[in-house]
Amino acid sequence: MNASAPASGATDPVVDAAYARRWLALATAAVEREADRLTELDSAIGDADHGTNLRRGFTAASAAVEKDPPGTPGGVLALVGRQLIGSVGGASGPLYGTLLRGAGKHLGDAETASPEELCGALRAGLEGVARLGGAAAGDKTMLDALFPAVDAMAFSLDSGAGLVAALGAARIAADEGAAATVPMLARKGRASYLGERSVGHQDPGATSSALLVTALAEAAEGGTA
Amino acid sequence: MSPREGDDGDGTPGGVGVVLVSHSAPVAESVAALAVQLAGGTASVAIRAAGGTADGRVGTSSELITQAARAVDAGAGVVLLADLGSAVLTVKALLEDDELPGGARLVDAPFVEGAVAAVVTASTGADVEAVASAASDAYAYRKT
Repeated sequence: MNASAPASGATDPVVDAAYARRWLALATAAVEREADRLTELDSAIGDADHGTNLRRGFTAASAAVEKDPPGTPGGVLALVGRQLIGSVGGASGPLYGTLLRGAGKHLGDAETASPEELCGALRAGLEGVARLGGAAAGDKTMLDALFPAVDAMAFSLDSGAGLVAALGAARIAADEGAAATVPMLARKGRASYLGERSVGHQDPGATSSALLVTALAEAAEGGTA
Repeated sequence: MSPREGDDGDGTPGGVGVVLVSHSAPVAESVAALAVQLAGGTASVAIRAAGGTADGRVGTSSELITQAARAVDAGAGVVLLADLGSAVLTVKALLEDDELPGGARLVDAPFVEGAVAAVVTASTGADVEAVASAASDAYAYRKT
């Protein structure tokens, strides 16, 4: 979708620990800002705790990274993942935790990652989430925002785009993917008990996923100085 | 990781441990008490409840699960039963990251019936394989 995006250039920041921390700060702020909306979406088809759970998780993750900042982007992502598993208390904890910990492990100890390596790490983390939750595309879950986002990022990079443009494409795909969950029938989690009544509501997990992808894009844009 | 061969756990040496993970602390504790009673009130089975969050809310705590699994680990394996969504996913995530004792496994079983079957079987000194399959087999009992 972004074949004509500007090629990688001086405006693209390096994916390093500072980038990962900018993402965490933006993600935490977005979760804080949107917590009520996420909980409202979750009250329609879930157990009305998604916003508060994620806020608690990201607050704990930010505090942990602040206290003992890892020196690599993989270290930051893995630490955030562990904190989410340990502090959220709802299904989004082990799911996002597995995603971020998996992505962090994939990046390993490298001090910087190329955009392609970041994309590969996100895909590896995402495959871990799909395994853990057993969901597939179209089940009205976070995967419906995240798989299109990673696909768009990969396609964009393949077409010669740099980090900012590729993450811009990922952000649009994630937003569209989240919106596309509205007519879907939930097949996983508490929402699946509702059957047909889950139709017509946007999935809270896909919505928070789009926020986290947006934060990845904003962290890249904000680091172009 | 964490191969705790019977050290400071409270399980019978050689016995299989059982951990019940529920969204609700009272549910986990009551089911544990029920299972122990139905197994003849035996004190020989190491069973722990890991219900709710560490700060007393409804939900799942990886910390409580890890503590419970370590407490019942006597070197013969630990069988975990979980009720819903995040309880199941948290146990799986912990297993994937090797944060539970070596022989720990999540069993696909109905929570109450599976817990009773697991505890009754563990009280006979059966191995982890037998305890796990007794819990899963509880699905086979039809009620209508």
